[in-house]
Amino acid sequence: MTFQDAPDAKIPVPRGPVPVVPPPRPRRAVELTIDGQSVAVPEGATLLEAARQIGIDTPTLCFLENLTPVNVCRICVVEVEGSRTLVPACSRKAEPGMVVHTDSERVRLSRRMVLELLGSSVDLSTAPQIAGYMERYDAHPERFGPPAPPARDHERDLARPGHHPAPHNGQTATGGQPVKVDNELYVRDYSKCILCYKCVEACGTDAQNTFAIALAGRGFEARISTEYDVPLPDSACVYCGNCIGVCPTGALMFKSEFDLRQAEAWDESRQTATDTICPYCGVGCTLTVHVQDEKIVKVTSPIDHDVTNGHLCIKGRFGWEFVNRRE
Amino acid sequence: MEETDLVILWGSNAREAHPIFFHHVLKAIHRGARLYAVDPRKTTSAQWAVPGTGHLPLYVGTDIPLANAIAREILAAGLENRSFIENATSGFEEYRRSVEPWTLERAELITGVPAEQIRELAHAYARADRAVLCWTLGITEHHNAVDNVRALINLSLLTGHVGRYGSGVCPLRGQNNVQGGGDMGALPDRLPGFQHVENDALRAKFERVWGVAIPPKGGWHLSGMFEAMEHGEMTALYVIGENPANSEADQHRTVRLLSGLETLVVQDMLLTATAELADVVLPAAAGWCESEGTVTNSERRVQRVRQALPPPPGVRDDVEILCDLARRMGHDLGNPTAEELWNELRALSPAHAGMSWTRLEAEDGLQWPCYDESHPGELYLHGRLWARPVIGPRAPFKAVEHDPPVDELTDEFPIRLTTGRHLDSYNTGVQTGLFASPMRKGGTVDLHPEDGWRLGVAEGDRVRVTSRRGSVVAPVRFDSGLRPGLAFMTLHYPDQVATNELTIDAVDPGSGTSEFKATAVRIEPVENAQLAGKQETHGSALHRPRA
Repeated sequence: MTFQDAPDAKIPVPRGPVPVVPPPRPRRAVELTIDGQSVAVPEGATLLEAARQIGIDTPTLCFLENLTPVNVCRICVVEVEGSRTLVPACSRKAEPGMVVHTDSERVRLSRRMVLELLGSSVDLSTAPQIAGYMERYDAHPERFGPPAPPARDHERDLARPGHHPAPHNGQTATGGQPVKVDNELYVRDYSKCILCYKCVEACGTDAQNTFAIALAGRGFEARISTEYDVPLPDSACVYCGNCIGVCPTGALMFKSEFDLRQAEAWDESRQTATDTICPYCGVGCTLTVHVQDEKIVKVTSPIDHDVTNGHLCIKGRFGWEFVNRRE
Repeated sequence: MEETDLVILWGSNAREAHPIFFHHVLKAIHRGARLYAVDPRKTTSAQWAVPGTGHLPLYVGTDIPLANAIAREILAAGLENRSFIENATSGFEEYRRSVEPWTLERAELITGVPAEQIRELAHAYARADRAVLCWTLGITEHHNAVDNVRALINLSLLTGHVGRYGSGVCPLRGQNNVQGGGDMGALPDRLPGFQHVENDALRAKFERVWGVAIPPKGGWHLSGMFEAMEHGEMTALYVIGENPANSEADQHRTVRLLSGLETLVVQDMLLTATAELADVVLPAAAGWCESEGTVTNSERRVQRVRQALPPPPGVRDDVEILCDLARRMGHDLGNPTAEELWNELRALSPAHAGMSWTRLEAEDGLQWPCYDESHPGELYLHGRLWARPVIGPRAPFKAVEHDPPVDELTDEFPIRLTTGRHLDSYNTGVQTGLFASPMRKGGTVDLHPEDGWRLGVAEGDRVRVTSRRGSVVAPVRFDSGLRPGLAFMTLHYPDQVATNELTIDAVDPGSGTSEFKATAVRIEPVENAQLAGKQETHGSALHRPRA
C-alpha cells in the first residue's frame, strides 16, 4: 500500500517512530561526605537532596519541592566543615569534597532553638509535622513563658508597610489575633503564620503568578498581607487555593475545614483521600478528594503529579460543592 | 510546553479556561519563551503576551485572513521550512497560490490587526526553534470551524512546527473527557479507538466481538440531530450528562424541538434545564468522584477516575443504568467492572492496547497511542512526518478562504457579540453555580467603556441585548480589554441571562459546532420600569459596522 495521496479518514494512520524526550544536559557528579557516608550527586544538587539520597531525613518548613527555596525558616541547617556558620541544606549546593554533619550537637541545638522560638510566638496547634520535630529535637517552647494575650481584630494591620513602630508588647505581627474570615472559600489565621513565604511564592512566579499577597512590614511587624491589607475579595486573589496547598501550619485553611474544626467535627481518622481527575476543563488535573462521613471536605493535588505540580484552580479546588448538595 | 520557545494562543483564554495548563505556559515565559495571543479581547492570557505587540486583537471571525497573511509573509521572507514541505506535505503549490493575495496591508484592513504586528508574529513563529500553536473555542465555535483549524495547521506545516519535541499544534479541550469521549466512539462516524465505522474490516472486528450488526454509515452529530428533530426524522432522544436546553445556540429553537419530542430521557447527576423537559429522568452518579473508570485529557493522557464516596441513595453509576436498561431490552451485558470494560476496549483499539489497568495506576496515566505493554505512550503525535521517507500519508495543506460570520452586522444589529468563559464558572453553570465563589460576576453584558458612554449607561445599569433570534436584559460591566463595537457575554448563568437566546445556530458542516463566537446584536438602555419584558425600545442603538 502506498500513501502518496492525502490521508483517507477511513484508513488508520500507520505507526511512526516513538517520540523521545531529548536527554537532559549531562551533569558532572559531585562527591561529598555526609555523616561519614560518601555520596555522589549531580552538579547543582542541594545538600538536602544529597542527604535524602542516602536516606537522611532533614526537617524542612519553608522548603517544598515545587517552590524555589527561600531558606528563611533555618530548620534545615547543617554543619559544613570549614564554614563559620551553619548552612541551609535546602538551598546550599553540594560541592566536591564537602564534609557535612546533619545531626551534630550544634545542628541539634540550632534546630531546637528555631522550634522553640517559633513555638513560643506562633500557634502551632494545626501543624502536626512541627509537633513531631519538637519531640525529635526535645524542644520546649513553654520555657519562654505563656503566650501574650491576643490582639484585637485588625490591631495587627494598623502599621503600614515601611513604617517601624514600636513592637506590640514585644510581640510579633503574627502573634495572637483573630482569624480573618472574609469569604466562603478560605480563612487566614495569621496567629499560626511562621512567615515561611511559601504562600507568597505559590501566589507568585512559582505557580499562580497572581501576586495577590506579599510580605509587608519589617522586623516585628513583618506579616503576609494583601495590597493595603484589603479583604481578599477586594484583592487580586483568584481563589486557586494554592497558598493553602503549601501552608505548613494551617494558617491558611479551607473554610470547609475551618468550619468543621470550629464545630469540633473535623476528624482526620475518619477521612479517606482518593485520587481522581477534575470534572472541569480538559487539562486533566489529579484531585485528591478528602471525604469524611460521605461528604467531600476538601480537595488537594499531589505535589509530584506532572500536570498540576500540586497546584489547582478555583474550579478544581472548590467546585465540588454540588456533589455534597445533592438531595 | 515548558521547553518551547514560542507559544501562540489563538482564540484561547487559557489563563481562565485552562488555568493549570497556563501555569506551564508561564514557566516557559519565565524561561524566556515569547507568548503571542490572537484574540478579539485583551484577556488575562493576552496580558502575558510580548509587551506592546504580542496581542493581536483581530475582528471576530477573521482568523483565516490573518493566518493566510502570516503564511504569505513567511513565504515572502523565505522563512518556510522547504525540506519539511518537500518531504512530508502535499498540496503546497495550491496553498501558496491561495495565500498570495493576502498581503499584510489587505489583512490589516480585514482583520484590524496592524500590519507590523502580523509581520512580527510571522517572523517570530517561522524563526523559532520550537513553537507551539494552541487554540480553543475562538477557532472552533464558528460556522467555518474546520477551515479555521485548517488555516492554523497550514502554518504549522509551512514552518515544520509539528511532530517534534517542544513544537506542535495543540487544541485545548474544554471538558475533562471530551477527548476521551471521542476516543471511545462518541462521534457519529467512529468506533472506539477512533476507528472509522465506514471501514468494513474495522467494523467487522467490532461486530465479531459485540455479536451485533453495526450500521455501516456515520450517524448525525448534535446539530444534525436537531435538524432531524425539525424534520420529524428523530422523535426520541436519550441525553447523558449534557444540558443542550441551555448549552445549544438559539435556545428558543432548541427548547421547542426538545419539547416536541415523543420521548426525552435524561440521565444526569443534577436536575438540569434539559432534565426538566424530560419524560424520564435517571439520576446518575457524579462520574468523577462516585465511580471508577478513565478520562482522557487534552494531551491524550488516559487517567484513572476513582470512587471517593458513594452516590446518594437511589442514584446509580452510568454503566449500571445502561446495563440494566439493556437487560430490560433483552440484552444481558452482565455487570462489567470498569476494568473489564477497559480490557474490552484494549482488545479492540490498537492505540489503547498497551494500557493495562495496572500500568494506568502505576504510571499516573498514559498517552495514546500505546500499542503494547512495552510501549511508553507518545508524548507528541506526527513524529512520522520527520521520517525519511515520510511514514504513511503526507500531511496535506488545505487552501482555505475567508468566510465572514453568518450573523451579519447591519445598522439594525451593529454590535458584534462574542462569548467565552469566566475563571470560576463552567459552561452552563450546573456544577459551578453551587459553590460560593467570591469572584462571581454573574450574567452581564461586557462593553468597552466608550460604548457605555455612547449608550449613556453606567456599570450595573441594565440594557436590552437583541439579536435576530431573541432578546435578553442584562446588567452592563465595563471591560477595556474589549474594543468599541465588541460585546462579551458568558453562558454560565442561563437562569439570569439566557445568552443562548441570542446566539446563532449557524453550524459548521464538518464539526457540527455552532457559531457561538459571532452574534450580531443591538444594545439599548432599559429604564427600570421597562424591565418587565417590553420589547419595543428603539433608541440610541450603537453604530459600529465592524467588530
